[in-house]
Amino acid sequence: MYDIIIVGAGPAGLTAGIYASRSRMKTLLLTSQINPSLITTTDIVENFPGFPGGITGFELIERFTQQAKLFGLEIAEDDVVSLERDSRDSMDIWKVNTSSRSFEGFSLILATGSQYAHLNVPGEEKYTGKGVSYCATCDGPFYRDAHVAVVGGGNTAVQEALFLTRFASRVTIIHRRDRLRAAQVLQDRAVSHEKISFEWNSIVEEVTGGDTVEEIRIRDVKDPAKKKTLEVQGVFVFAGYIPNTAFARDVVACDESGYVIVDDQMRTSAKGVYACGDCTKKLLRQVITACGDGATAAFAAEQYIQDLKGNPYGTWSVS
Amino acid sequence: MGEEKFVENPDYPIELSDDTISEAVKKYPFIVVDCWAEWCGPCRMLGPVIESLAKKHQGEIVFAKLDVEKNSQTAAEYGIRSIPNLLVFKDGTKVGDIVGAMPEDKLLERIRTFK
Repeated sequence: MYDIIIVGAGPAGLTAGIYASRSRMKTLLLTSQINPSLITTTDIVENFPGFPGGITGFELIERFTQQAKLFGLEIAEDDVVSLERDSRDSMDIWKVNTSSRSFEGFSLILATGSQYAHLNVPGEEKYTGKGVSYCATCDGPFYRDAHVAVVGGGNTAVQEALFLTRFASRVTIIHRRDRLRAAQVLQDRAVSHEKISFEWNSIVEEVTGGDTVEEIRIRDVKDPAKKKTLEVQGVFVFAGYIPNTAFARDVVACDESGYVIVDDQMRTSAKGVYACGDCTKKLLRQVITACGDGATAAFAAEQYIQDLKGNPYGTWSVS
Repeated sequence: MGEEKFVENPDYPIELSDDTISEAVKKYPFIVVDCWAEWCGPCRMLGPVIESLAKKHQGEIVFAKLDVEKNSQTAAEYGIRSIPNLLVFKDGTKVGDIVGAMPEDKLLERIRTFK
């Protein structure tokens, strides 16, 4: 029996792990084998304080993990399929089920993050791994001297487009709006980059090719008759996210997109269940905000457990 | 060294290169080659899964690892555009590939469909 079970090993989950372990809560963190934290596939994190030269997402997560383990955090690899409410000795507990195991804890912290949304256009699935990619750091080096398309206009899309210029001869950013949403510093770099060009107000309609991708068809969102074919060898998709919350939606309230609704203490609609990071409904999804949420969730969960065990610490006790 | 590299029933993923892959594919009737690279986060997540499968299914499935950064010839030959990428060979012929990381049980299921 654990005090706290954390689901997810990204910045939010690992920060919660650091805080919970440091509070001597008996804590288990479950890390997914399917959906790695998206930050681990990010080339460089430039806006996390303390790293003026930037740090790769993968290394940042390794450091978080190392730090959490120093405080005794137990980590297991498994994917959660369902959550169940139960009770032990008249205390509420939660069961976390994976396909082969079940874990019990007084409190849960959901930090499952999100994954890149698919375009859902013909050819996308067929060519996944054959030219369609959702990870530039993984697959970029296979596109030396190639023309690649990047779909999206947010921070990730622009950052990864810049990364791809190291390999590709040409990078075309396809964005459904007439301007980027990415941070201005990234926009400036992209706009002035000689290898990067833009297809504004455009969406991908189809991905075609032989064994691998050869062309994409795009169309203007304002004038559907305006269509264009681009010869590309790769398509990198960073247009929107889907929260990894399918397993929890019958237990905690989510918004219409599936993001978990939390209050300022990271409490969800289910007693004893907290959520933090990219899987929650919030304004800004960044490493720094995920860490902040994770610390808050661990602290709130700890208060909840002390309360539950009849050992509340004064006025902080949660209802 | 070549002799020793290709043990009869390895319980760990054997290391392959551009030079040794064809020999390994000929030797083992059913071999799964994990094409990976240091730069790829999901590949590094899949590594322990492959190690665990190699141990549990010793004698049934041979597992191997090939670093695509150092062995670009193999990557080009099999048209690899995305990693992690598992190449599955049966009786010396490529019968399938599996792209992307997945949990151990799912991965085993996929691998067995090619047996």
